[in-house]
Amino acid sequence: MTQPAAMTISDEVAIDITGMNKWYGSFHVLRDINLTVQRGERIVICGPSGSGKSTLIRCINRLEEHQKGKIVVDGIELTSDLKNIDKIRSEVGMCFQHFNLFPHLTILENCTLAPIWVRKTPKREAEQTAMHFLEKVKIPEQADKYPGQLSGGQQQRVAIARSLCMKPRIMLFDEPTSALDPEMIKEVLDTMIELAEEGMTMLCVTHEMGFARQVANRVIFMDQGQIVEQNEPEAFFNNPKSDRTKLFLSQILGH
Amino acid sequence: MSDQHTPAAVAYVRTETLPELPPPASEAGLVKWLRENLFSSIPNSILTILSLWAIYVILSGVIPWITNGIWDASNIRECRELLNGASGGCFAVIAERWPQLVFGIAYPQDAYWRPSLAFVLLLVAVAPVLFSNLPRMLLAVTLVYPFLAYWLLWGGSIFIPITAFGGAAIGYMVYTRLVAQSFAMGLLGGVVAALLAWWVFGFITDNTRGVLALEAVASRDMGGFMLNMILGTVCVSLSLPIGIVLALGRQSDMLIIKWICVVFIEFIRGVPLITLLFVASVVLAYFFPPGTTQDLILRVIIMITLFSSAYIAEVIRGGLAALPRGQYEAGDSLGLDYAQAMRLIILPQALKISIPGIVNVAVGLFKDTTLVSVISMFDLVGMIRGPILASTDWSGVYWELWGFAALLFFIVCYSISQYSQWLERKLATDHR
Ligand SMILES: Nc1ncnc2c1ncn2[C@@H]1O[C@H](COP(=O)(O)OP(=O)(O)OP(=O)(O)O)[C@@H](O)[C@H]1O
Ligand SMILES: [Mg+2]
Repeated sequence: MTQPAAMTISDEVAIDITGMNKWYGSFHVLRDINLTVQRGERIVICGPSGSGKSTLIRCINRLEEHQKGKIVVDGIELTSDLKNIDKIRSEVGMCFQHFNLFPHLTILENCTLAPIWVRKTPKREAEQTAMHFLEKVKIPEQADKYPGQLSGGQQQRVAIARSLCMKPRIMLFDEPTSALDPEMIKEVLDTMIELAEEGMTMLCVTHEMGFARQVANRVIFMDQGQIVEQNEPEAFFNNPKSDRTKLFLSQILGH
Repeated sequence: MSDQHTPAAVAYVRTETLPELPPPASEAGLVKWLRENLFSSIPNSILTILSLWAIYVILSGVIPWITNGIWDASNIRECRELLNGASGGCFAVIAERWPQLVFGIAYPQDAYWRPSLAFVLLLVAVAPVLFSNLPRMLLAVTLVYPFLAYWLLWGGSIFIPITAFGGAAIGYMVYTRLVAQSFAMGLLGGVVAALLAWWVFGFITDNTRGVLALEAVASRDMGGFMLNMILGTVCVSLSLPIGIVLALGRQSDMLIIKWICVVFIEFIRGVPLITLLFVASVVLAYFFPPGTTQDLILRVIIMITLFSSAYIAEVIRGGLAALPRGQYEAGDSLGLDYAQAMRLIILPQALKISIPGIVNVAVGLFKDTTLVSVISMFDLVGMIRGPILASTDWSGVYWELWGFAALLFFIVCYSISQYSQWLERKLATDHR
């Protein structure tokens, strides 16, 4: 199942993080992070609560600012230069735990807003693209509703479609299923699996270990702001090296 | 169905739907409504009867006073004779002093059509802003309206509003050219271009004073309810954008801008409006170049606008604070820049939350325009208090005059509040 997707990984570097450190005040959240992501790679990040997973992926599109080290996304280094930041943000899609759809706009308007204003796509064309992606996440019939009228799972799929409408080269997911009821988790995961099979570069914070096994090329385990272990999924789950990973896996898979 | 009664069968599946039946008579119609709402208990019944009695007493006093009212008399003594001891209002004062109540004492009589036309056009100009389902073409009227209304009210050569509009248009064009590079550049360029254009056009207007001119009316001749309407409309429409800018400034990461906004807002909110108006009438004159000091209305408009924009800024800040951080982050993560995120995502939601507060400020502001009577401007209240009640013809007709003033303000304020409730319902998309 993972084989055909694995073929699409290229040598091209999508994200390159070297020696990155971040502090909240005097609290050292991220410590000496080094991570290189190839184009087409699908990475799952897991770890205990408060270990800095969200902070790490939010640094990649500069929702959080890092203080030391270097982050290069798509060949552009993240500095305080606003032009670079906006450029990177329009190439990197992000899905949040709480969807963050715009409640005052319809589903279709949610999806066309950024293409129209950031990419300057003509409205008609943006709407066609939006409908294409809404069909892909299997909710084209909801296009004229407002987010408040949709179920959680539907909202998250809209959020994914909204990001895809910008034709991003990298997608970041921050616990996309953890605010959902069990029966809705599957529909969102299915959408993400489909995306992965098309060769999208993905960084995904999640505790869905089934998803990690099926889709990821690499699983990264974080604890206390550091990358403690990373490995291919089979090796990671069957044969964890560090004690902290073992403990974490026993807690999460134990019940 | 019969399964239900056999004790052995605990498991039970209903196979048919029961038909819908009409409710019993006591649960429908007027009787039910009366019983539930007015006579549900003994204390409730007593209260109902007491209230009905109070309403009867009030109405039996007020209705004859209105229906017996005298509409045709030239002074209060004639009015009293006509009434001949009966209870009745002396509404003749409103009929006789109507032009003064509406336009003030000094506005030229043969020009009354100008403010009236301006008022009708105001309704046309405001409509497309208030109701988004009207044709967007009408917005052109809204754009031109401020210049047209100025010309109608104050008179003078038509070149003054035309060149003013031209300067603004040039400024806007320069702004749209430059804004692609940066917002600050665009704003600065636009303002400079507009000022330059006005300066150049100044030579034209100086030499065409008499061309296509309406009779000029001085600011001090504006009065009556017209003055309240001018102050209310201008100040509300100016203080909304200024309030938005102040609220955003107060949230800004740029410390200097933030502190300027904080100090401004806190200072204005800590001062009574009436002191600001005295400042306008006396002190502010020193800050203007000599020759422009005549215009008291301009100074009053500046002060009321500053005052209400500080309040509106605080209302909007509340709306901004109520938005979850995720909305900002979603906007950022899609690559929208600050101006786009604010205009398309943050402000529409924050303003929607702030509608009740903004309307509150607007209604309060409109009523506060009557305070200008204290600095001897003859608005509606000033007219009644001064020229009309002080005249020998009509001294003593308090109820009728103040009732009339209250009615005028009530009509405007109630319409505003009804509109805002309608707007809130229309914008409700959250379906909670
Ligand atoms: N804005 C902030 N200011 C100060 N500390 C913060 C801030 N945001 C997060 N932190 C702290 O940084 C640490 C890492 O937070 P982060 O949200 O990255 O954790 P996480 O691994 O995503 O956890 P979870 O699984 O609960 O989402 C936590 O200890 C948190 O308390
Ligand atoms: Mg998190």
